[in-house]
Amino acid sequence: MTVVLRRIATVVAVPIALLAVWWMTSAQSTSYYLPPLSKILSTFDDVWFNQRFLDDVVPSLLRLLVGFSLALVLGVALGVLVGSSRAVRSYCEPVLEFLRAIPPPVLVPVLMLFAGIGDTMKVLVIVSGCIWPILLNTVEGVRAVDQVLSETCRVYRIGGRARLTTLVLRSASPQIMAGVRQAVSIGIILMVISEMFAASNGLGFTIIQFQRSFNITEMWTGILLLGILGFVLSLAVRAVDRRVLRWYHGQRRTHLGAR
Amino acid sequence: MTAVLGLAGFATFLLLLELVPRVGLVSPEYLPPLSEILGALADEVRTAEFWQAVGDTLRGWSLGLLIAVVLGVVVGIFLGIVPVLREFTASTIEFLRPIPSVALIPLAVLVFGTDLGSTLLLVVYAAFWQVLVQVMYGVHDVDPVAQETARSFGMGWWSRVRHLVWPTALPYVLTGVRLAAAVALILAITAELVIGSPGLGNRIGSAQSGGAVATMYALVLVTGVLGVAVNLLARLLERRVLHWHPSVRGEVAV
Repeated sequence: MTVVLRRIATVVAVPIALLAVWWMTSAQSTSYYLPPLSKILSTFDDVWFNQRFLDDVVPSLLRLLVGFSLALVLGVALGVLVGSSRAVRSYCEPVLEFLRAIPPPVLVPVLMLFAGIGDTMKVLVIVSGCIWPILLNTVEGVRAVDQVLSETCRVYRIGGRARLTTLVLRSASPQIMAGVRQAVSIGIILMVISEMFAASNGLGFTIIQFQRSFNITEMWTGILLLGILGFVLSLAVRAVDRRVLRWYHGQRRTHLGAR
Repeated sequence: MTAVLGLAGFATFLLLLELVPRVGLVSPEYLPPLSEILGALADEVRTAEFWQAVGDTLRGWSLGLLIAVVLGVVVGIFLGIVPVLREFTASTIEFLRPIPSVALIPLAVLVFGTDLGSTLLLVVYAAFWQVLVQVMYGVHDVDPVAQETARSFGMGWWSRVRHLVWPTALPYVLTGVRLAAAVALILAITAELVIGSPGLGNRIGSAQSGGAVATMYALVLVTGVLGVAVNLLARLLERRVLHWHPSVRGEVAV
């Protein structure tokens, strides 16, 4: 029992202390930029849990979801193609490395030319930013498929789809998940930026609108909401990671234990 | 062979950039042929404003990275070395780290306006976590036997950090620096593009709103070159600083 209590204490003690400090130091705050935390929290649901949730939060999340899913499918498919052949890999890799090095936010103005400022542009921006970590990690993972397993598959005439799902994707999945983690955090950034740059709805647009009209308390609730969103998405990615890579984490534990 | 294929790949990429708009697959208004982009680039590099913008971007990037690395290393070693602190701060770090730094954009605008300060706030916030987490892994990795040995030889707190913790953590620190350098460049250019603080991102924004499409593409290529340069520089630094480390020495010897 005390062990459980201690564990709970280690998790919540510092966050509670920090919130308490913020609460108390800001309680008497008359500063325009730093409204009291109590005021921020009490306006939070007035601001977000009404029509605005459907008008701004949901569209943002949908764009993120669509953009990320497209990037995942494209990235893994292209990554398997590029990674399977040494010649294709050496042919494509320098270009891919260059394209990856371009900071994704500069693609916002470029894609605005092609797709205007609608949903298509935002989804394209998210795809074009999220695809690189997934693609390059998949290439790396497919390249590093265990030689013995690969030859065993050949001996048993396992080919085509069975080989792809049971051998290639399976052994590349730890790298693919590493790419997915990076891609999710880039995706949130791009979702917000594309909306701040040019939009008529969405989280980023609303927050920047609050700031421009000097609704400081509302702006702080927006920052808080983005923070919570980032945290929740990282928890979701970790849950998926645990589920998909259960065999991998188990394998690593046995290896470490045997050492 | 790899290098030849790589060069061929790059040549194909450049050729596509030239041909796709020429043949009319994409309207040249949206994607000018490569020759026009390079022409615009040649015009750009002759202006003082371009070099000013490159300098501003690099200044925001390097200052922000420096602050983040110093903070990350100091805080990381401190938190990593005291087990109780590490245990109690883990949840806070896990909560603060995934907060997208672009969430701070409105705050940066209010507090700093379009100064360098806005860029720095975003860059430091994004880069700090990359360094901190790596440093904490590194400190955690110290060999317990070496730790006990140092203690029983009566080494003080500082000399343990200097001679035991720091060399163990250094490879992790440099991994953190490499990750942070890339993130810092992204955030520096983002801040310039969205907030309008001086630099390449700001120039891309004004080229776009002014309809100078070829110039905009030229600047995008420049940011790509900067990104590649930052990666190469970080890898070079890693090899130089870790020349004594088995992972680097092995690579050279074989």
